[in-house]
Amino acid sequence: MKQNPNTVSFTLNGELKTFATEPNEKLLALLRREGYKGTKYGCGQGTCGACTVLMDDRAVYACLLYAMQAEGRDIRTIESIGTFDKPSELQQELIQGGAVQCGFCIPGMIMSAEALMKAETTFDDDIVREYMDGNLCRCTGYEKIWAALRKVLDRQESAGVQGSGASSHPES
Amino acid sequence: MSQDPTANFKQVNHSVTKVDARQLALGKPSYVADFAPADALVVKMLWSPHPHARIQSIDVSDAEKMPGVKAVLWHGNVPRIAHCTAGQGFPEPSPYDTFMFDTKVRFVGDRVAAVAAETEEQALAALARIKVKYEILQPVLSIDEAMADGAPVIHDEPEAHVPIPIPYEPKKNLVARVGCEAGDFEKGLKEADFAFDDTYETPYAQHCPIEPYVSLAQIDSAGRIVITTSTQVPFHCRRIVAQTLGIPVQKIRVIKPRIGGGFGSKQEILLEDIVAMFALRTGRPCFWQFTREENFRTGRTRHPIRVRIRAGVKKDGTITAIGMDCWNNTGAYGGHGLTVVSCCGSKVLPLYRCENIHFLGKVYYTNLPVGGAYRGFGATQAFFGMESTVDKMAEAIGMDPLKFRQLNHIKSGEGSPVFAALGEGKEGVPMTVGSCALGECIVKGAEAIGWKNRADWRRKSGRYRRGIGMAALMQGSSIPHIDMGGASIKINEDGSFNLLVGATDLGTGSDTVLAQIAAEELATTTDKMIVYSSDTDMTPFDVGAYASSTTYLSGEAARKAAADAKRQILHTGAEMLNLPEDQVVCKDAHVQSRDGQHKVSYSDIACYSLYSKNQYQIIGTASHITQKSPPPFAAHFAEIEVDTWTGNIKVLKYVSTIDCGTAVNPALCEGQTEGGTLNGISYALTEQYLFRNGRMTNASFTDYHIFSMRDKPPIQAIIVPSYEETGPFGAKSVSEICINGPAPVFGNAIYNATGARLNEFPFTPEKVLKAIQAVKR
Repeated sequence: MKQNPNTVSFTLNGELKTFATEPNEKLLALLRREGYKGTKYGCGQGTCGACTVLMDDRAVYACLLYAMQAEGRDIRTIESIGTFDKPSELQQELIQGGAVQCGFCIPGMIMSAEALMKAETTFDDDIVREYMDGNLCRCTGYEKIWAALRKVLDRQESAGVQGSGASSHPES
Repeated sequence: MSQDPTANFKQVNHSVTKVDARQLALGKPSYVADFAPADALVVKMLWSPHPHARIQSIDVSDAEKMPGVKAVLWHGNVPRIAHCTAGQGFPEPSPYDTFMFDTKVRFVGDRVAAVAAETEEQALAALARIKVKYEILQPVLSIDEAMADGAPVIHDEPEAHVPIPIPYEPKKNLVARVGCEAGDFEKGLKEADFAFDDTYETPYAQHCPIEPYVSLAQIDSAGRIVITTSTQVPFHCRRIVAQTLGIPVQKIRVIKPRIGGGFGSKQEILLEDIVAMFALRTGRPCFWQFTREENFRTGRTRHPIRVRIRAGVKKDGTITAIGMDCWNNTGAYGGHGLTVVSCCGSKVLPLYRCENIHFLGKVYYTNLPVGGAYRGFGATQAFFGMESTVDKMAEAIGMDPLKFRQLNHIKSGEGSPVFAALGEGKEGVPMTVGSCALGECIVKGAEAIGWKNRADWRRKSGRYRRGIGMAALMQGSSIPHIDMGGASIKINEDGSFNLLVGATDLGTGSDTVLAQIAAEELATTTDKMIVYSSDTDMTPFDVGAYASSTTYLSGEAARKAAADAKRQILHTGAEMLNLPEDQVVCKDAHVQSRDGQHKVSYSDIACYSLYSKNQYQIIGTASHITQKSPPPFAAHFAEIEVDTWTGNIKVLKYVSTIDCGTAVNPALCEGQTEGGTLNGISYALTEQYLFRNGRMTNASFTDYHIFSMRDKPPIQAIIVPSYEETGPFGAKSVSEICINGPAPVFGNAIYNATGARLNEFPFTPEKVLKAIQAVKR
């Protein structure tokens, strides 16, 4: 039971946290004011995907959710994926493949791909398109993002990795 | 064929990893909004709900008393200084027809009054309490209405004027007029075996960067205004904000952090004057971010242009005359109006050899959204008309449209009278084309799309009909004698370099490209470059990211600055090696004797020069202006499938070839080409502004569709190298040209599939179906 109606508690990037909030505050606004700047505002209408985060391993638009809807949930943001020294497999492919132009959509893209890799075990093109359809990019024409993603998914498929998704810290 | 000049490049012409890719992929704070302090005031604007009205009165007294409100701005409490919001060279070739706030509103989405409050909710609540009385005026909702006798005058304010001598008649809603003639156009038409006269319409569109317009202003400890903003033109921004606020340039610092896309939309000063004014008034950081809806309504758009093409052709394929008349709807304000329409002519007409040329461009105000710079910049609109007519000419003489283009396109060593005649607000610069690989672009693209299997539409039947279309394209690289870019570069103890450039990376990768160019010149590696760009306090001047100029213009500035630093490195290296300067060379981040026996590292040279003897800072500085604007060339091809029952178009394959000179970073060049092409595809097939009484009714990504990963057809980018002698390591431009292709390519492909010729797009199923039904077989 929540004790104080003006706080919200949820697991954020693996750590249980409690934040003061207001009933009308969006999850995106809360995350950004708490310093999680990798989650972007692009439209505020759930149409561009720049604010995509994981809620219980599913990709959601943080701009549409109220912060309080995260109560008791497991939220993951781009800040939990990769580090400067050890970017995730997908981040590495995106960086090397020239898939990051302005980069504004990229964190959201990565989170949608995480959701895909957590939920699915096979990655047909149609399934991939379905998961990635909510993330708009205006710079790249998606070609190099697609190629980077496809490389990672193909490797996962052939390695038979199931449901772990967390390509965030590859051992290689 | 002489030896490939790019063969020995170690940095340039390699797909070096983009210098900022890692931080962006990790989601590190990088963009304007990421730097807004927690105590920043939130700015919100009350926008005009009317396309044309006079403000009879505004009462902000209630709003000022609302909780959290720190300041309200409106026309009664700010300076009234006529200026132009377009970030262009100075004085601008555009009218001074804009005020921070005015007593008149000229489109739905024009400024009325602004609030700065502690929270967004408080700012919005205060806006709702501002009382405005409007006198509704008759709106001008099309270019035909604007041109009509007795049309309402949109800019009746006495201050409206142009800062340079160009035609401007606001009483007739005329923003600009520009033209040129070569040879004898009418005579050329008479000599033709076939003559053509077609009028094409191109629609409004928005750039849709995923990061909307956003600005932050803060007063620093010294009392200066620091504006962190998502801009393509930081130096123009500083100048225009100073002008608009009536304060010295010295008082302002503009910082451009990472930018979430621009495509021309952010070549405009739309927020910065307001956040700066609020910061001055309140002493607080002030933050303003457009909503997506505001980005559509108030943000800049692609000018809708009516393009009439008249042309004549002889049976042997000789083009005897080309005439282009353009009517440009610039919306409520005139920034970029003249220059965009000039580029309709200057970036399109030279593509085909022809002695008799006519060009006339006219620009009119309307009470509709405001046109601005948009990737392609007029060439996009004009190429739709030109390349449609080129296909018609080929068909009339029974020639393959590919062969017709091969026969007539401009080639290396050739010029065009249009280059000299059409500049930006003044005459252009005479030019002969240096590098040109268009011929090879056509051949390679044709092969990739399977052109040889293309069949006449009369031989096709059934519900689904396939068609193949093509277009040849050109653009420019910088504005000669107008654009200037500066760079400086200094060495650090470990042999790294700070490369400081005014050039503005808005996601294009220019920081990386300039670092590669500097590293190549200095015989070191790109990872030794610490690039810092576009901070008006810290970096040299640059006009900014527009006119396909950065690689060609700012790249040469970076190369020259690096060469300047290299001379100093050689000097000190020779001193350390006890060798004459002409006996040493730079290689692999060392200065070494010609035989390689003796060498000293850049790191040791830096330490020596900073600490040991005859100390000085090794620092190179250079500026660059261009003498010409070498065109990149491209040939685009697509195969489509038309559903003749519904009019729906499915793009099966799209091929974008590109001759950008040396591709400084091939992966980034491909990325530019793929991205610009998809933007063009989306524009040609789905994007449009829908209006009700001047109000856009589809201002969201739900109703204004840009292509997603699922919508994307396969796009193949093919780089076809050439070597532009006047560019840095052979480079010219890549960014804009690719957006010009899809509309004419699809128009030609639809014709090839069905025999239906559409003179306007987007090619929505309704329009295509109607055109198919009108075809007589």
